[in-house]
Amino acid sequence: MIFVPRDARAWLIMPALLSIIALFIYPFSYGLMLTFEPMDSRSVWGNYSEFFTNRRLWYTLIITLQLAVPATLINVLAAIPMAFILRRKSRYQKLVTTILVIPITLGTVLIANGMLSYFSPTGWFSQAVLGLGLYESEVRLTHNYWGVLISLIISGFPFSFLLILSYVSGIDPTLARAAATLGANPWQQFRRIYLPLLASGLTMTACLTFVQAFAVFPSAILLGIPAGATRVLSIAAYEAAFESYDYSLASTIAILMGFAQLIIVGLMLLGRRAFYSGPVSGAKG
Amino acid sequence: MAFGCAVRLPSAISTTTMTQLFKSLSLNAVTRRFTDSSGHQITALNQLDLNIDCGEFITFLGPSGCGKTTALNCLAGLLRLSGGEIFLDQRRIDILPPEQRGFGMVFQNYALFPHMSVVDNVGFGLKMRNVDKSEITRRVREALGLVQLVGHEKKLPGQLSGGQQQRVAIARAIVIEPPLILMDEPLSNLDTKLRIEMRAEIRRIHCQLNRATVYVTHDQDEALSMSDRIVVMREGKVQQVGTPKEVYARPKNLHVARFMGYRNVSQFDLTQIQDDRATLSAQGVTLAGVTIAPVNGSTASVAIRPEDIQVCAPGTQNSFEGRVRSVEYGGRDSLVQLDTRLGQMYARMEGEFSVDQTLTLHVPADRVMVYEGEQA
Repeated sequence: MIFVPRDARAWLIMPALLSIIALFIYPFSYGLMLTFEPMDSRSVWGNYSEFFTNRRLWYTLIITLQLAVPATLINVLAAIPMAFILRRKSRYQKLVTTILVIPITLGTVLIANGMLSYFSPTGWFSQAVLGLGLYESEVRLTHNYWGVLISLIISGFPFSFLLILSYVSGIDPTLARAAATLGANPWQQFRRIYLPLLASGLTMTACLTFVQAFAVFPSAILLGIPAGATRVLSIAAYEAAFESYDYSLASTIAILMGFAQLIIVGLMLLGRRAFYSGPVSGAKG
Repeated sequence: MAFGCAVRLPSAISTTTMTQLFKSLSLNAVTRRFTDSSGHQITALNQLDLNIDCGEFITFLGPSGCGKTTALNCLAGLLRLSGGEIFLDQRRIDILPPEQRGFGMVFQNYALFPHMSVVDNVGFGLKMRNVDKSEITRRVREALGLVQLVGHEKKLPGQLSGGQQQRVAIARAIVIEPPLILMDEPLSNLDTKLRIEMRAEIRRIHCQLNRATVYVTHDQDEALSMSDRIVVMREGKVQQVGTPKEVYARPKNLHVARFMGYRNVSQFDLTQIQDDRATLSAQGVTLAGVTIAPVNGSTASVAIRPEDIQVCAPGTQNSFEGRVRSVEYGGRDSLVQLDTRLGQMYARMEGEFSVDQTLTLHVPADRVMVYEGEQA
């Protein structure tokens, strides 16, 4: 028997439901099934044991984390003081916000291209560093780990800054003033009032920034060493799928990538429960 | 100095540490200017001179934008002065940041820390002063007892009613035993009944603590019922400083009179003046009145409170006729709007009145306030 909702408006969810099934649930389940059918038809878990025994595969997980974790920390931690300075509406806030929105709209490939010329041995940056005698040998910030990390910061920082700015400016400034009259110096006002009220929002921002950074692909190829130091999970999946045509193994890598993200995000959200997450202004009766 | 505190405390609070008590707090020509969005300089607070004694309850009274909150924030250290000095006894304090002044402040929206329980909110100031834990527990319990909030210790501010939040805010400000407690319209978010209850409560707490309280409000009833002295302000300037009785019965100028409820203001010719007694006439009405400050010129503004007008027999001294235009029933008395030869007037009187009825109205000569004529 088909359940017919009494309210016909309930049918309005159908387009959304169908597209979720077609675009997410079906491909996901299909991919998951694929992982249990290894190409060389070993055991059902063959792909998984392959991943965790082959250093070329499991080490990509480490590399990805080595990029995504510092990128997330830098993006969130650097955005906090900046959001603080700019929390009051001013001309500067508008200006900085506009400047920071640009990298979001540019896309990773364009950022990578810009960095390639800016940081190249003949580019402004290296020339300036050499010219000023700040560093003796050549400064290499492309085609290595640092290039990829910098690009993750350029594309991820504005995102986390804008999120944190909205969290910070949502906090009633009278709370800090009240703390001041009670004897809290500016650091204590931050530590005791702003930080606890922000904690939940900061974790959320960290989750979103982390997911973005974890899926790094174009910049790892364009700005890193895709065969070595920056061979991240997504590159390994890409190679499996389009160079060895092993869709089954590629799906396994993708699924494991998803699990790794899920575990880390889950842990962060679990940690978030420890923080206060109610209204952030002085409640009125 | 003894101010009108009936209760002198036997309570524990004042006997704990009396180290922060002071003799007097003086404000010398305290000035604060702002630059508005179009670049104009606005003087929000102009040359405020005031001495506050320990034990005193002082109210800054005035309409919004008169500079009363600016004055309070300057005292708290939340605003830097553009000029002038503030001394606590011999110590200059206007150069100190708020956290080093140690004044307790109650904010209009209470500004309770939403992520902390009642106990942690109240204990915050003590924690910042590195008071040890058992001492904090004891003093917080005392303060909560004083504001009658025992039993709500573990609640978050969001779980309290407006009146309870108010009490937490007061407890948080007094637990640090500040020499001065600053209150910025703390009752404006409460309903009428609670507001009147809290007035008495704040007054009681003030008397128990025996510190100084500086209170900001735009509500004259609040100011009259709570204060030892009232500072009436307008456009950044002090208009009058005096006891509630002085400000109410002897407003120093027309602005203060208007703000204190002298609703009937009309222009008269000054016919005779001797000492503070003046005789005036306008439109065939002759009145005797009193001046507060010397009046120059031949015209004068006369201010009369609706409450000071009474019905009398025709021919009485200091009287004029009026025709009832409307009656606003107010329970014990009614607010009667009248057409008189002096223009429209209001009288608050007991009795029954009907529209178009003609009355003879009397005002005692010492309730007719005479000020210098208004420059049109």
